[in-house]
Amino acid sequence: MTQHEAAGAAKSAAKSAAKSAASSAATAAANSAAPSAAQSAARSAANSAAQSTEVEPLLAVRDLRAWFLTDQGVAKAVDGISFAVREGETLGIVGESGCGKTVTSLAILGLLPNPPARLMDGSSVSFRGQELVGAEEKRLRALRGNEISMIFQEPMSSLNPVFTVGDQIAETLRLHRRMDRKAAHGEAVRLLDEVGIPEPGRRVDEYPHQLSGGMRQRVMIAMAIACAPKLLIADEPTTALDVTIQAQILELLAELRRAHGMAVMLITHDLGVVAEVCDRVIVMYAGQIVESGTVEDIFVRPAHPYTRGLLASLPSVGTPGRRLASIPGTVPSPLHWPEGCRFRARCPSAGEGCERAQELVALGDGRAARCWRVGT
Amino acid sequence: MTRPVRGDAPRAEPAPPPTGRAAIDRNGPPLLEVRDLAKHFPVRRGSFGRVRAHVRAVDGVSFDLWRGETLGLVGESGCGKSTTGRALLRLIEPTGGDVRFDGQDVRALDRTGLRALRRRMQIVFQDPVGSLNPRLSVGAMLEEVLTVHGLGLPNRRDRAVELLERVGLSADHIDRYPHEFSGGQRQRLGIARALSVEPDFLVLDEPVSALDVSVQAQVINLLQDLQAELGLTYLFIAHDLAVVEHVSDRVAVMYLGRIVELAEASALYAEARHPYTRSLLSAVPRPDPVGRASRSRIVLEGDVPSPIDPPSGCPFHPRCPHPAKDASCRGIVPGLEGRAESGRGGERVGHFVACHHPYHGTPAP
Amino acid sequence: MADTMAASTTARARARGGRRLSAFLPGAPQLAAGRWGAGGLALLVWLGCLWVLVARLARVVEALGGSWDERLALATLVAALATVWGWSWWDAGRAEGPRRVGVSQWDLAVRAFSKNRTAVAGLMVIVVLYLIALLTPLLAPHDPALQGDLISERYVGLSGAHPLGTDQFARDVLSRLLYGARISLLIGFVSVGISVTIGTLLGAIAGFMGGILDGIIMRVVDMVISFPQLVLLITIIALFEPSIFLIVAVLGLTLWPGTARIVRGEVLTLREREFVQAATALGYSKRRIILRHLIPNALAPVIVAATLGIGNTIVLEAGLSFLGLGVQPPTPSWGTMVADGRNVLLNAWWLSTFPGLAIVFTVLSFNLVGDGLRDALDPRLRS
Ligand SMILES: Nc1ncnc2c1ncn2[C@@H]1O[C@H](COP(=O)(O)OP(=O)(O)OP(=O)(O)O)[C@@H](O)[C@H]1O
Ligand SMILES: Nc1ncnc2c1ncn2[C@@H]1O[C@H](COP(=O)(O)OP(=O)(O)OP(=O)(O)O)[C@@H](O)[C@H]1O
Ligand code: SF4
Ligand code: SF4
Ligand SMILES: [Mg+2]
Ligand SMILES: [Mg+2]
Repeated sequence: MTQHEAAGAAKSAAKSAAKSAASSAATAAANSAAPSAAQSAARSAANSAAQSTEVEPLLAVRDLRAWFLTDQGVAKAVDGISFAVREGETLGIVGESGCGKTVTSLAILGLLPNPPARLMDGSSVSFRGQELVGAEEKRLRALRGNEISMIFQEPMSSLNPVFTVGDQIAETLRLHRRMDRKAAHGEAVRLLDEVGIPEPGRRVDEYPHQLSGGMRQRVMIAMAIACAPKLLIADEPTTALDVTIQAQILELLAELRRAHGMAVMLITHDLGVVAEVCDRVIVMYAGQIVESGTVEDIFVRPAHPYTRGLLASLPSVGTPGRRLASIPGTVPSPLHWPEGCRFRARCPSAGEGCERAQELVALGDGRAARCWRVGT
Repeated sequence: MTRPVRGDAPRAEPAPPPTGRAAIDRNGPPLLEVRDLAKHFPVRRGSFGRVRAHVRAVDGVSFDLWRGETLGLVGESGCGKSTTGRALLRLIEPTGGDVRFDGQDVRALDRTGLRALRRRMQIVFQDPVGSLNPRLSVGAMLEEVLTVHGLGLPNRRDRAVELLERVGLSADHIDRYPHEFSGGQRQRLGIARALSVEPDFLVLDEPVSALDVSVQAQVINLLQDLQAELGLTYLFIAHDLAVVEHVSDRVAVMYLGRIVELAEASALYAEARHPYTRSLLSAVPRPDPVGRASRSRIVLEGDVPSPIDPPSGCPFHPRCPHPAKDASCRGIVPGLEGRAESGRGGERVGHFVACHHPYHGTPAP
Repeated sequence: MADTMAASTTARARARGGRRLSAFLPGAPQLAAGRWGAGGLALLVWLGCLWVLVARLARVVEALGGSWDERLALATLVAALATVWGWSWWDAGRAEGPRRVGVSQWDLAVRAFSKNRTAVAGLMVIVVLYLIALLTPLLAPHDPALQGDLISERYVGLSGAHPLGTDQFARDVLSRLLYGARISLLIGFVSVGISVTIGTLLGAIAGFMGGILDGIIMRVVDMVISFPQLVLLITIIALFEPSIFLIVAVLGLTLWPGTARIVRGEVLTLREREFVQAATALGYSKRRIILRHLIPNALAPVIVAATLGIGNTIVLEAGLSFLGLGVQPPTPSWGTMVADGRNVLLNAWWLSTFPGLAIVFTVLSFNLVGDGLRDALDPRLRS
């Protein structure tokens, strides 16, 4: 049974299933990735049948593989990941530097430079039922900044220094909402006000360098929500900011999400941020998903040794003096992922069986983990 | 009310340290005494231009640091943490104040004196890429330090290997170049370089900020092990409050070039008295999704003002959420004051705060 | 264990084979290993020098007791042969040995450079040109200043006795071209060498020290840059007897500000890098920091600029000589040769064409190498 059959089974089962269960069966089925895992796929399909609610998530990513063909070899930056984002939810994607978070988000919007990047056969990204992989550039453009928008880590380099912030917001409005110049300017002022910029009437005519880092990020957010997107992809939106400013931005994002009912895909390496704002979490390691589940599952009952290691290595306010549990070694290079379980060389529970490649196995309640010792 | 001044003979027995770390003897004179340290950068146009204004990067910082102790220095970007650390070592010349290291007046030292001092005070930097010369192999880098200071005889290479092993690397690494190491390993190299002159005191300027969490933990553990083995004294600069609490005996919170609160780590985190410290603590995202709904948060308005033209009176007053904020906050600069705790190493250690209306009791959870 | 031992034995055996091959044909083992750049260059130099030795044996023997010019050529020949042979021997043994640890940034740059075929081709041309320039006394078929029979041997076209024809004084064009190469390449190399040395030191001092010293040095740079080079040259040549020495000196002393600016800019950014602060914190002297930590890191753009600068200087010298302000007759230079031939271009095309082509190829090679170096030395292009 292949992954697609599993997804199909989940879908047909979903029609008859009760509408109450909250967790995503479609995701679990999609999460169980690779073809050969007959047993796990069957199990996840069974799970799906029991609790499925949705027929079509807002965004479904299936078996996404984004590879970079470089001089030194093939960098398998994203290597077969599947997940779904449901309407209105906040999905966190966490993982250490280089695990493929940014590449995933760029791949969704078709923004990876090609060459050197290539989406491998079988990769699929579907947004409200439309397939985006291989879609015409024109259709993607109509979608970007409109139904799906994105904010980046570095607010200075993502704003154009030679235009006022008002012009840049208005440009989006005129492009996607076909507003005239005056209406767009007025709407830009309203948006700046909505994202909490003081004196929006004056700020709208200022240039990016005249704003502080936090305000620039607010301008980026204003641009991103200008067209009332269904999905906002935020790639490390607060990493460059101070904690007090980070708190402001996170609160703003939460407010906007409630007000507009948009889904947010929040990419970060800060586990604290994820715990504060996300509903569901995906933990990535070495280009793969190693664990996914609700935020409580991940933080209170982490299943995968990597997730557990990450949480244990966090120094937390209130527990001083304790020696930190660290994960030995470093993240391997995407040019040479280890054979078998990619976490094996650093894993404290590694043992027999770990030299075989692991599948992402559904654990029930929408949870899944990629570890030989979890759930079997 | 006392300021943390040096001088008086010690009185009380040092209390057992609260965190289970090695006891710090605060009875003797401090290793490092800093009084009213200031660094004002001139802002000028062109190479012969006139000075237009001053960036008051560090504006009157005072603290003491005892042998074997770790003082954490936290604050938001641009508040002057790095400038403080560098001014202590005279990597940048302070424009005012007093620095005494082991009784020596650091600001009065001439070139030879400074060179001798730099064998005793070292610094570890944040940027794992920028802090190592990309053209020198690890062995060349370490052997150069040893040569310059006439150390490591008879065999400098053996000593270099020893240093590498001390920071958790191995002899195999000695002929490699910085770009062949990962971020965490490079940070270890920076530590090995600082240790090569056998210093007593290290300024750690955000040593783990650029690292991934799993690697960050490795480096923190290494720093703590080294401190225990070699009796090092640390000034640990960071913006991550959780990391600072984890490693520090005492913590100083900086805002716009000044220390606004200085206390034992446990006291500061349990019962912060300055409104800024409280907001900072409440803004830290915690990896605890269960408690998030019930936690009350203070979200500060606005941004940090420019250090070129800091607000009058209390520098925090434009953003301060304290209900009792009044005219004196706008007019009078609050000094760093507090009551030294008896029974905790004499008068010089206690809870100090620069606020006209400091809080009492525990902050909101 | 046994595996690794077996592997190292075969590696050693192969290294021995490579060495044996390199004893006869230096460069061949490198070519066999697919390193066509290094191998090709070695082989080219080896065969070329051997050819000179065999074909011009009589002159080589004569040179033993000849002028210092001829002795220099002889020394170059011997040195080139020895270098190529020794390098290939050493390299063949090393390449098969255990993998070297510690790959420096220079090693990486060399690797990146040798992947760039056009740049390596340019480098080969340059090396061959410099060899030819040094070996000219052994190579040139005639004395470049020797005038033939002015009636029967003027403007003779390409022929066996004069492969590139003769000029208005019945002198051999090929010989003049070869001697001209010495002048052009020498002027390019030495004047750029002078300007790079001055520029690097002054730029590094200005950037690192800052303050008043920086202000003074940079104002001098502005002054020198704003002084028109051509006017300076013409004035100096009007005042003094024009000579190669004078041209080199004037070019060398007027071209350094460009380098100084590049180095100062690099040093200004490097100075803020934490490894330089670490060096200060470790108690290093300013001299040590500048020479050992700043300059090596600021050198990459200087090397590129110098390579391109040699090309430019060759063009500049040719232009000056063309105008009669450069090298004075009868000393041959590519610029004067082009100028001599321009009136008879239709009747005796070979007079201007060959020196013209020589200029174009030389400058093109320097530009190819310069671009190749720019890419190879750019750390951003590497992962
Ligand atoms: N243009 C590219 N060419 C080659 N490799 C690339 C390119 N872009 C990214 N990669 C590789 O893809 C891998 C994943 O990168 P990605 O930017 O997604 O990491 P990330 O998880 O976002 O990390 P970070 O937290 O540092 O932002 C990295 O190892 C990187 O080296
Ligand atoms: N060389 C300099 N010239 C002028 N101003 C400077 C200079 N160095 C630092 N400053 C200013 O001094 C202030 C304090 O800088 P400092 O680097 O000490 O801050 P920091 O607390 O270390 O911040 P971060 O967390 O970003 O490292 C900043 O406003 C900065 O712009
Ligand atoms: S599969 Fe094995 S190595 Fe991988 S995470 Fe699980 S226990 Fe560790
Ligand atoms: S002095 Fe006034 S403004 Fe400053 S922190 Fe205290 S209460 Fe706030
Ligand atoms: Mg990223
Ligand atoms: Mg700093």
